[in-house]
Amino acid sequence: MALRIGLVGKKVGMTQVYADDGERIPVTVVQAGPCYVVGIRTVDKDGYSALIIGFDEKPQRLANRAELGQYKDIGVKPMRVLREFRLDAADVAKYTVGQVLKPSEVFEAKLPVDVVGTSKGKGFQGVIKKHHMKGMKATHGTHEYFRHGGSIGCRLTPQRVHKGKRMAGQMGTETKTVQNLQLFQILDEENCLLIRGSIPGAANDYVIVTKAATRVEYKEKGKAKEEVRSKNPLKASKKAAAGR
Amino acid sequence: MSAHRIITSIDKANRRSAPLPEFRPGDSIKVWAKIREGEKTRLQAFEGVCIRRVVKGSRSTFTVRKISYGVGVERIFPDNSPNIEKIDVVSRGRVRQAKLFYLRDLTGKAARIKERDNSHESAPVAESTAPAVEGDAKATGEKITGRGKRKRKKEAAASSAR
Repeated sequence: MALRIGLVGKKVGMTQVYADDGERIPVTVVQAGPCYVVGIRTVDKDGYSALIIGFDEKPQRLANRAELGQYKDIGVKPMRVLREFRLDAADVAKYTVGQVLKPSEVFEAKLPVDVVGTSKGKGFQGVIKKHHMKGMKATHGTHEYFRHGGSIGCRLTPQRVHKGKRMAGQMGTETKTVQNLQLFQILDEENCLLIRGSIPGAANDYVIVTKAATRVEYKEKGKAKEEVRSKNPLKASKKAAAGR
Repeated sequence: MSAHRIITSIDKANRRSAPLPEFRPGDSIKVWAKIREGEKTRLQAFEGVCIRRVVKGSRSTFTVRKISYGVGVERIFPDNSPNIEKIDVVSRGRVRQAKLFYLRDLTGKAARIKERDNSHESAPVAESTAPAVEGDAKATGEKITGRGKRKRKKEAAASSAR
């Protein structure tokens, strides 16, 4: 399990910004703060170590008495969203309950992040939209059988429909993770993250942004090859010689 | 801060500091764009007719069309791109559409655009330079006013009758 910290945020919308070299970059704006450390899980007490992070204050009337009591002890207002982030005990010890987390304290610009969100609901959809099946022929005697998925199995064997057979059904409103998006810019004043590209969900949906699970550096399209080449000193020198 | 305000403030930060000169579709413009060649950057001019302006706040763009070695070339520039050094307006054109996509089907003399009078008061007649088809449309469709209008009206009626 990847132990990495993240923040809870709200998708604001998309726009575009310019990079230093004038490139136009599509970004999704995520308001990831103010996030509070609402609680700390420790190995002694809970059997594992984690941070509980709260986001989006809610009015007191929406919190029950038990909640209010807890938040009173912590010294922050009741939160709408709470998420636990598993971390090493040493990392957890760096944080104190009630602390405000600035995006710049947690993340670093230009590095990759993973975003977890709930995709937009599409309702009950057929197999063409949902699974990209081809459908049937429009002509040659096709009768009321255009957007169907065809046969769903045999009769004698196995006398049942295979598990996981792709059929029509609810599409969207799923938890989706998009990995290795570049965190293009951090706006601390607005508590905003500008993430390159699109992320799941509609505007005002809650998303979880974490440091990327599989990558340490963001590889830009078309630029990755160059870096790989230069890593091999033999090839790099050959290339330089050819360039001359 | 509301969502709209956040987006607006980001957009504001990405706008160009010095505004572009005023130009419209139909105007011939010369766009000085920065070109990156390895380490160096230099300026390259792209001169042609502005055939479209998309007004979307900070995401506005415009399209410039030119004929390069007999091939039509169109380039879309974002209004706020830092790669645009400056824009020179070469000439003002008088056009009736906001989007001049019809120019894509025209070549040579037919693809010319009449000069626009900056005063906007009297529409320039300049019948001699206009293509023949457009001239006919003018005679039938446009209101004839000014000095000698009776005589010109008569002529127009005669030409349309033919």
